[in-house]
Amino acid sequence: MTISRRHMLLLLPAAAVAWKHVLAGTPESSPNYTMSQHWWGMLIDLTKCIGCGNCVRACQSENDVPDGYFRTWVERYHVTDYDIENPHVDSPDGGKKGFPPAKDESGKNFFVPKLCNHCVESPCTQVCPVGATFVSPDGVVLVDKKYCLGCRYCVQACPYGCRFINPKTETAEKCTLCYHRITKGLTTACCESCPTGARQLADLKNPSDPIHEFLKTHSVQVLKPYMATHAKVFYNGLDGSVR
Amino acid sequence: MKAFKDSGHLFRLLAVGAAGILLFLVMRTFLVPKSFGEFGHYRGDAISDLAARPVSFAGHETCEGCHSDVLDKKKDGKHAHVNCEACHGPQAKHADDPATVQPPKLDTAVLCVRCHEANAAKPKNFPQVASADHSSGMPCDTCHQPHSPVIDSSAAGGTK
Repeated sequence: MTISRRHMLLLLPAAAVAWKHVLAGTPESSPNYTMSQHWWGMLIDLTKCIGCGNCVRACQSENDVPDGYFRTWVERYHVTDYDIENPHVDSPDGGKKGFPPAKDESGKNFFVPKLCNHCVESPCTQVCPVGATFVSPDGVVLVDKKYCLGCRYCVQACPYGCRFINPKTETAEKCTLCYHRITKGLTTACCESCPTGARQLADLKNPSDPIHEFLKTHSVQVLKPYMATHAKVFYNGLDGSVR
Repeated sequence: MKAFKDSGHLFRLLAVGAAGILLFLVMRTFLVPKSFGEFGHYRGDAISDLAARPVSFAGHETCEGCHSDVLDKKKDGKHAHVNCEACHGPQAKHADDPATVQPPKLDTAVLCVRCHEANAAKPKNFPQVASADHSSGMPCDTCHQPHSPVIDSSAAGGTK
C-alpha cells in the first residue's frame, strides 16, 4: 500500500491523537482513592512476632527488591540479664529464611521487624537536593525514580538505615508502604503475609481503624524517639535495648 | 539627558540580562514537568507512577471469593486468621487467570517449620516443636490438616 500526500495529511492528526493517548496512558489505578482522607502508619506487635521471615519474602516478591537488599527485615535481639546497653543482634539474610536456633537461650531473646518509619519530619526528604523524595499528602515517604540522582544523601540521613541504592537503577529505594496496594484498598504485602498479625497497616485518619483502640489501651513506642522524626511505625512491647 | 551620557553599554548589558532571564523562563516551562509543585517540592505524577505498579499478592478477600470451602474449614481452627497467601505465596496471577495459572503444590515439611520450629526468641505462648523429635521425619500433614491443624481424634487413631 502506498500512502499519497493527501492520505499522509489525513493520517497526521490521527497519529497525534494516538500519541496523546500513549502519553496519557498511565493506568488508572485507584479512582476512588482520595489522598487527603488518609494518613498511613503501621503497628508492629512484638509480642506476636515469630521471626518466620514471611514479611521479608513477601516484600521482596511484591516489590522486586534485589537479593541482599531489604525494604523490610527482621532482627533478633539477645539481651543478657540487665545489660540492655549491649544487646547482641543478628539478622541472617534479613531474616528472609527464618532464624537458626539461638546460640544462647539464657537471658532474653526476641524478634524486631523493621521497615521505613514513614516519619512526618523525615530526615531523608529534608536532605534531597532535587526533590526526588518526599512525604506524600497521605503520609507516605516515597522516592521518584525519575528524579533521583543516586547521590546517597538520603541513605546517610535515615537514622533507621531503611534506604539503599538499587544496584540496577542506581537510585535510592525504600519501603513505599506498598503504595500501589494501599491506594487500591489492599493492605501491604508484609501485613497480608504475616501469619500472626504482628504487623498491621494503620490509617491514622480513619476513626474506625482498630489502631486507635490499640493505641488507647497499650504502651506503644516508636524507634529512636529522641530523633524527633515523628515516626509512624508504632511498636508494642518494644524493649529498651532495641536500637 | 546628561545622566545617561555614555551609558549605552549599560543598556546593552541590561538587554543581555533580560534575554537571559527570558531564555531561563522559556526553558523552565519546557523542562520542569507540569506536575512539579502540585503537592510540594516534587513531581506530583511520581505518586501516580508508584500507585500504578501491579500487585502480586491478591489479598485474602480475593481468594475467599472463590475458595469459600477453605474458608469454612479454616474459620473454627487455629489458622483462622492466617491469610491464604501467608502459606500459598503471591497469587495475583492465579486470581487474574485461575484456569491457566495454578498455584504451586506446597511442601508441608518446609512450610510448617518456618513458623513452628522451636526457637528461644519466639513468644512463649506460640505453639512450637523441635521438628526432628516431633514427627520423626514424617510430613506434618500426615496428622495435621494445615487449614485446621488440631488433630482430629478419629483420624489420629483416638489420640489427641
